[in-house]
Amino acid sequence: MANSKSSVVLPFLVGVVASLVLGWWAFPKVLYSQKTQPIRFDHVVHVEDQAMTCDQCHTFRENGSFAGLPTTQSCADCHSDVQGEDPEEERFVTEYVQQGKEVEWLVYQYQPDNVYFSHIAHKDIECTKCHLDVANMKNPPVYYENRISGYSKNTMKMWECERCHAQNGASNACFVCHK
Amino acid sequence: MQHMEFKVKWGMVIDLDKCTGCGACSIACRAENNIPPMQDASNKLRTTDWMNIYELSNGKKFPDLEIAYLPRPCMQCGNPSCSTVCPVVATTKDEEGGIVSQVYPRCIGCRYCMAACPYHARYFNWFDPIWPEGMEKTLTPYVSARPRGVVEKCTFCHHRFNAAKEQARANGADPLDLPEDAYIPACAEACPTGAIVFGNLKNPEHRVAKLAASKYAFRLLARLGTDPQVYYYSKRDWVRQLGDNYLQKELKGGEHV
Repeated sequence: MANSKSSVVLPFLVGVVASLVLGWWAFPKVLYSQKTQPIRFDHVVHVEDQAMTCDQCHTFRENGSFAGLPTTQSCADCHSDVQGEDPEEERFVTEYVQQGKEVEWLVYQYQPDNVYFSHIAHKDIECTKCHLDVANMKNPPVYYENRISGYSKNTMKMWECERCHAQNGASNACFVCHK
Repeated sequence: MQHMEFKVKWGMVIDLDKCTGCGACSIACRAENNIPPMQDASNKLRTTDWMNIYELSNGKKFPDLEIAYLPRPCMQCGNPSCSTVCPVVATTKDEEGGIVSQVYPRCIGCRYCMAACPYHARYFNWFDPIWPEGMEKTLTPYVSARPRGVVEKCTFCHHRFNAAKEQARANGADPLDLPEDAYIPACAEACPTGAIVFGNLKNPEHRVAKLAASKYAFRLLARLGTDPQVYYYSKRDWVRQLGDNYLQKELKGGEHV
């Protein structure tokens, strides 16, 4: 009797554990491909050593829209020539500034086309509430791309937007965030 | 469904005595809202015109014949027939401003809303949207393109509302108390005769509020109780009469019996 019971329970437990390992550990590893930024941009040098603020490079336009990432031209305000020792900076100057090319940065937070997000409406909230705390990183974090959807792993999910809106009494009407 | 009240109600008054039927509003709408060009637009049951223009006639013979043109956007009804029948909550009227939303990735293309809308303001995408090479540069980045198989409609150029709110925030002003003309849809902007007036119906200072209160203002099929946010304006009696279905013997009326 005891013998026949364990012959059912043991394979079942092994199956459960195998499924858990597969679903929680193996599948997420397979699902995301890892990418690195085209230039190893060091935020710490800019933020701590040069005492720059976030909004010096990540600016609002006059009409209230958000410019997002700086252009090569605005980087070239300082980096028209090589400033320091970092080989990545030299690569940036020779490959992008001197060629007049834009860097194809990987954006960790890009939303689908049907999502509308206004940065200026959220400007009193800490950037790191939604964004990775890159200001304290010497190396840009790894970019995880979902192999099926093509979106970044860090792209905010709708339930996260909705939860914060609900907690702060902001509207969760469809057209507040969708276009 | 509960009738929602908003502090701001975006509305439109279209002066049918000023409208010449030129079609500028319709074209401006197409360009603004990424409505793809069609190879063959001969089958009008398959075309898309968020701002469609109807021709009205008093039915008389020359020289008494009179013609009027009626541009028809989405009425942004206070009691929308469409959103109440949508099985997947892809269309709602829940945002401040009272614009009826349409979320394309959520739409399953069942077209209940099209059957429900008494104004034929909704359109189904029968075909893949294709822009001939080079024309993709004309796409508006603030409006998402729709795939085949979903329903779409006029949104009062909702992206312009968003842009106006951002501008207000940049100026340190209240985004829900926009000055007149800070936000107007593409059709109203393009209209060469100024027949389309746009603004907040709840703000008595705005021209729409004054025009909508006029005795010459009327709404399409008002008797259905849809409570549209689009008003029409005409000093011609026969035009106002065509705004609703009347029986032969009640031609003087307009109110409920």
